[in-house]
Parts: sequence; C-alpha cells; structure tokens
Amino acid sequence: MDIFIQQVINGLTLGAVYAMVALGYTMVYGIIQLINFAHGEVVMIGAMVAFSVIGALAPSGLPPLAIVLVAAGCAIPVCMLVGYAMERLAYRPLRGAPRLAPLITAIGVSIILQHLAMMIWSRNPLAFPQIIKVESYHFAGATITSVQIAILAISLAMMAGLAALVYRTRLGTAMRATAHNPQVAGLMGIDANRIIALTFVIGAALAAVAGVMVASYYGIAHYAMGSQLGLKAFCAAVLGGIGNIPGAMLGGVLLGVVEALGAGYIGDLTGNVFGSNYQDVFAFIVLIAVLVLRPSGLLGERVGDRA
Amino acid sequence: MTGSIARLKRHPAAPWAGAAIVALALLALPFALAAVGTAWVRITNLAILFVFLSLGLNIVVGFAGLLDLGYVAFYAVGAYVYALLASPHFGIHWPFWAILPLGAAVAALFGVLIGAPTLKLRGDYLAIVTLGFGEIVRIFLNNLSQPVNITNGPQGIARIDPFRLGGIDFSKSDNFLGLSFSGPIKYYYLLLAVLLAVIFINVRLQNSRIGRAWEAIREDEIAARAMGIDTTRVKLLAFSMGATFGGVAGGMFSAIQGFVSPESFVLVESIMVVSMVVLGGMGNVWGVILGAVLLSFVPEILRFTVEPAQKQLFGRMIIEPEVIRMLIFGFALVLVMTLRPGGLWPSTVRKRELAERRP
Repeated sequence: MDIFIQQVINGLTLGAVYAMVALGYTMVYGIIQLINFAHGEVVMIGAMVAFSVIGALAPSGLPPLAIVLVAAGCAIPVCMLVGYAMERLAYRPLRGAPRLAPLITAIGVSIILQHLAMMIWSRNPLAFPQIIKVESYHFAGATITSVQIAILAISLAMMAGLAALVYRTRLGTAMRATAHNPQVAGLMGIDANRIIALTFVIGAALAAVAGVMVASYYGIAHYAMGSQLGLKAFCAAVLGGIGNIPGAMLGGVLLGVVEALGAGYIGDLTGNVFGSNYQDVFAFIVLIAVLVLRPSGLLGERVGDRA
Repeated sequence: MTGSIARLKRHPAAPWAGAAIVALALLALPFALAAVGTAWVRITNLAILFVFLSLGLNIVVGFAGLLDLGYVAFYAVGAYVYALLASPHFGIHWPFWAILPLGAAVAALFGVLIGAPTLKLRGDYLAIVTLGFGEIVRIFLNNLSQPVNITNGPQGIARIDPFRLGGIDFSKSDNFLGLSFSGPIKYYYLLLAVLLAVIFINVRLQNSRIGRAWEAIREDEIAARAMGIDTTRVKLLAFSMGATFGGVAGGMFSAIQGFVSPESFVLVESIMVVSMVVLGGMGNVWGVILGAVLLSFVPEILRFTVEPAQKQLFGRMIIEPEVIRMLIFGFALVLVMTLRPGGLWPSTVRKRELAERRP
C-alpha cells in the first residue's frame, strides 16, 4: 500500500507536467488541426535557458527562490518567441496546404531546434542545479518532496489561469470561435492568424514552465529531453480527447499515474520478466488502446470526418 | 554544335544509348571508387541501402500519402531476423535466400499489426503511432536480453554471416576475369541487381490499379471511398508493402555490416529516410532515388571537408559534422515543404496536388 501511495504521488507530479505540455498540443490542434511535433523541443529550450540563467546567477548570492523565478522569467519569453517564430516561418506559409505538409515541416523544426540546442548547450546531459534545498515530508508511509508540491501547485495555478483565459475573456472567446470555424470567426472580425499565433505563444509559455519543472524534478537537462516528453504529452492529449482543454489536463494526470503505477508494479505482475525499463512503453500502449477503443478520447466529441 | 546535340537527342536510339552509358558507368563505378579508397565502396553500398529504404517509404508517404515516422522499425526487424538466424548468437546459420523472405514477411506482419488499428484513423495519428512504434521496437531490442537473451541488449549481435552463394563468399576477395573483386565490390553488384528489381517493382506499382487507388486516397480519401475503394485495406497494403522493403533492406544491412545493435535503429534514421523522400520528391521514384543518394553522401562529404576546414581555421572542431548533417536534414524538410513542396524532382501528379491550395 505504501508503494501504491508513493507511485500515485510520483505519477501525479509527472502527470501535472504532461498536462502542461499536452495543453500546448491540444490548443494548437483544436485551432488548426496540426500536430505540432516541435512542441516538445520548446519544453527542452525552456529547461536549457533556465539552466543557463541559474548557472549564471548562482554565484551572485541572490536568494535561491529569486534565482529560480528569474530563470523561469527568462525561459518563458524565450520560449514564446520560439513558438511564435515556429508558427510564422514553418506553419503559416502552409496554411491550406495538404495535411502532410505542415506535419513534415514540424519534424524539420523539431530537428533544427534540437541540434541548435546541442550546439549551444553540448550533447551531454547537464546537471540541472538544484539550488533550493529539497525538503521531504512523510505521511501514510510515503514521501513527498517540496519540489513535487511546488510542481503540483504551480501547474494547478497555471491550468486554472488558462481555463479562466479561455472560458472567461474576450481573447478566449475569440480562440474558441476560431477553433470552431475560422472562416465565420473571420467574418465576425477576428484576425484568425493573430489568434493562431497567440495560441502557439500561450502553449509555448506553458511548455517553458513545464521544462523548468521537469528539469528541476529530475535534476537533468538534455538536448533530446523534449522529444520523448513531447511524445508522451501528445499521448496524454489524445487520451483526454485532442482539441479538448480539460481533456488534456485529465489525460496528462491519468497518463502520469498509469506510467508510475505501471513502472512500479510491472515487475511483480510479470514475475520480473519485464522491469521498470519498459516504463516508456506504457504511454504508447495507452495511445494505441485509446485509438482503437475510443479515438475521440475520454472527453472529446465524436467527429464524423475521418479523412 | 547545339544543333547536332539536339538532332542526336531526337534519334530513336537515344534513350537506349543513354541507358547504356548509365549502365556502363554504374558497372565501372566500384572500381573507380576502390581506386580512391575501399571505404567509398562501402559508403556507396550503404547509400544503395538507403535508396531501398527511401523507395519503400515512398510507397507509404509518396504513393499513399501516409506519414510513417517509425519506418526504421521495419528495417530493424529485418536486420534482427537476419542476425538471429545467421550468427553464432543462437548457433543458427541459415542461408540468406531463406532468411531474407522470412525477414520481409515478419516486417510485413509488424506493418499489419501496427497499421490495422491506426489506418482507420486520420493520417496524423498514424504519424505519431508509428513514431511510438519505432521507439517501442528500439526499447525492446535494448531490453530483450533478459530473462532470456534474445537480442543481446545494447551490445548487439556480432559476427553475422555474410551472404554466401554457391562457392562465392561475399566477405572475401575473388579474382574473376583478371579483376580483383573485393567483398564490398561484390556486395555492390548484388545490391545493384536488387536495386534494379526494386525500381522496376516501384515503377510498375505506381501505374497499377493499386497504385492509382493509393493516389486516389492520397488526393481525397472520402472521394476514393465513394468510388468503391476499400480505403483501409488499400492503405494497409501500402503500409505492409513499405514494411516489406524495409525488412529486406534490414536483412542486407545485417549481412553487409556483420554487426547489428539498437544504436543503428534510432528515430534519427527514420527521419533521415523521410528527409530523403521529401527532398527528392514524394511519389516520384527517380526523385526519391536522387534524394537518397544526395543525403547519403552529404555526411561523408561533410566529414572530409568540414572537419579539416574547421581545424585549419579555428584549430579545433567548433561545429561537429553530425550537427551540420542534422541541421541540413531539418532545413531540407522545412525549406522544401515551404518553397518547393514537390521536392527537387517532383512527380507530375504530386506537383499539381501540392500547388493547389485549399481555402
């Protein structure tokens, strides 16, 4: 039972990160039906920028919390810029082109970002400086660290903020209108291109925060960390129903828990034939299961057009 | 002067003469390369393998319009089937002509397994699922060393048998007609022969009933279904046929290298093959060949130019050739799709389709 609670805590933490990244996929997909393959790389860039800023400020004697906040404060605008540039240069020229085209440029962007990062920050994994002392709290036989609490609290706050933005403001209304029908939204005086760019930028900001969180959680930043994380977050978005914002949040958290429990119990369940080194497989099994059983995801609407 | 060339071009035998010149050049190529260094013959052999892979992926991406990002998984399946059945790892040494079809069949089976649940869905899901599938295959190859040692984990499988046909061993040198045929040169001729067959199959496929069905699906799936095409079945056929090519190429890779490990089957390889198809021109067999040849030689040329140039200029390596290679792939994908969506050598149908923008 103790292991169970522990794995649920770990899973919720990881799931919160997945959810933040999944939101970026789902918002973009909801608005222009594009899988933004390069979204995972934005997460990586967020982590890398934070790494550099923390490294530069650590000897300055500022309070650690302030340094981390400044790092996140630098990572967010950089990622927003990357998100905007990506939309502007690689996706906007292909608006209206066959589906395959932006998907291919997305892969190209992903490779370019990854290898630029490799040039700037080295090909080796970087030890992400953990300057804030990590406290552990024990309850019911399980341990929760201050980092985990911070991740859960920050992502809850950001998701609440996003929900308020999308469902309570004029901008949010415009976003939902564009997602629903870009032509009609255009007739109503909404600049669809601006809304699409904003969607990318908001997604990138969430990704930047997710990047800082995941790097501090694992204590590692690596130029290739984004692709796998992005892939799993995409699975989470599909699990929740792609294009659906609450779905992405639910999907992320569920996927995190499934992964943690799976990794915790697979050894016992299969008599140690499979070990926790198969952890990365669960996300894809979930993805394929969802696509076979309920392609619209948990909260998604059933769509008629399959082509 | 130009007038006489134009007259020659119109001559009825001109295509045959052109083909003869190309054939002679291809036959003489390995000896010219061997004069520079045997390494170049090996590089050319790998380039031909990439041409196979690109042509196989072209069936999926170019003909049927489905994006497969885990294509290297089928390559891996073919390679490991060969490695397991022709190496001291299990002590099994089957002849290559028995294993290659088996490897192709296993790869095709994997193609059906992964395609069946996903091909009913929208194309972009397929891209992600195949990407995930590629990763899963790699994770399994890495970890299936225990409890029963099947793949030997990250160490890979070594001392794989070369091709043997009659008394000819493809790993050893032979003298024939007064010329010395080294191992790589023999493989070159074998690969060239297989390549011709593969090109023939691809060209014939494209103009067949099934090829036209793929084209119809690529252009408009709903309309294709309305015309009576069983879209799921036809897409599955494209997918498993592409997988078959991957499996065959994998088996040959295994034999030529004599060693396989999960390292050779990473996501980057899949993306490389996608880049070759996209750069050359999706759907055009000749364009795809051009793309594959270009992008196979780029890293080698970079290795021989960028490294010494940087050492000379800065005294050390600043940008590794590997990074430049990947940046070239990335920019090739983005620039080709935004500026010249048909690729360097576009197929006529594809050009028409990509030029037309939907509102």
